[in-house]
Amino acid sequence: MARIIVVTSGKGGVGKTTTSASISTGLAQRGYKTAVIDFDVGLRNLDLIMNCERRVVYDFVNVIQGEATLNQALIRDKRVENLFILPASQTRDKEALTAEGVQKVLDEMSETFDYLVCDSPAGIEHGALMALYHADEAIVVTNPEVSSVRDSDRILGILQSKSRRAEQGMDPVKEHLLLTRYNSERVERGEMLSLEDVNDILSISLLGVIPESQAVLNASNQGSPVILEDESEAGGAYADAVARLLGEERPLRFLDGQKKGFLKRMFGG
Amino acid sequence: MSFFDYFKTKKKSSASVAKERLQIIVAHERNTREQPDYLPELQQELLAVIRRYVEIEDDQVQVQLDRNDSCSVLELNVTLPEEVADPQ
Ligand SMILES: Nc1ncnc2c1ncn2[C@@H]1O[C@H](COP(=O)(O)OP(=O)(O)O)[C@@H](O)[C@H]1O
Ligand SMILES: [Mg+2]
Repeated sequence: MARIIVVTSGKGGVGKTTTSASISTGLAQRGYKTAVIDFDVGLRNLDLIMNCERRVVYDFVNVIQGEATLNQALIRDKRVENLFILPASQTRDKEALTAEGVQKVLDEMSETFDYLVCDSPAGIEHGALMALYHADEAIVVTNPEVSSVRDSDRILGILQSKSRRAEQGMDPVKEHLLLTRYNSERVERGEMLSLEDVNDILSISLLGVIPESQAVLNASNQGSPVILEDESEAGGAYADAVARLLGEERPLRFLDGQKKGFLKRMFGG
Repeated sequence: MSFFDYFKTKKKSSASVAKERLQIIVAHERNTREQPDYLPELQQELLAVIRRYVEIEDDQVQVQLDRNDSCSVLELNVTLPEEVADPQ
């Protein structure tokens, strides 16, 4: 039985695809058989970040509609063992992602994978609902900025009412906050919401803080998940997040100055 | 209070303004999210009943359900127009 993790946010452009690529790569590096699934029908992006855009033959919707088998559609990553990509369909209408179809594909994948990472499209419409419906865990990607925090709170409400776990009265979806594009200098100047501020409002458990970093753009230019740049701050922060996802304790890095007291309280580090 | 403290309290950082605004809107949205599905309809029906007697606008009837551990309170807030509220 695979563990299903949705990477979601409500708001677009906050770093969901960047996060899906790095978290799935990190899990595979740790030896877990992992697939990352692009739910962004029409706007396929994950294949570019994962550097497999020229190897896409069949996609998620082809599998749902029985035009290809799962094995035909899954792309094996060339750098990291145990890592597979299921690309989104680029052309078809968004309704092609039916609840039953998604369920069928995830069920089949659950038999052979340890982790399924679902990269959600933006918004709170059909595609985003399909991506989060089956989740066991949710990584809520949030930027320290008003509209992103508000949208994250909405997504949390949806996870608590419209997910399969909520509908069937099972244990709730495990929620994790991932604060990305964090600029600690701006936080210290009072120009940006701090980790503590966002935490006060959303109050869910913290998976990590990813600094705003040039390395993310460099990595995406080259089609390489930033977690593979282990010299970079963003890469290191994603590796820490993967460790925490697996239940390991890691002190927060790459944050300086005034928030130390608060971090010590939270992580005892 | 020193001269500098005066300026500190006077000019809030934009981040703290953002936090305050977020706290208010998020609390409001969570509250409406937790309301039962029948509430809008209940509100419409109450409006219709009250309109048999007084002319009021849509937003003059507010209905809200507050759930506590042991009981729930349905709070009904009707604002009447001034001439009705204050008969000569
Ligand atoms: N930590 C970061 N530092 C700098 N740029 C980032 C960071 N995370 C994401 N970005 C950039 O933000 C943009 C949107 O990221 P993406 O992952 O595609 O967001 P989403 O999938 O939520 O729409 C991309 O250009 C990406 O390179
Ligand atoms: Mg995306």
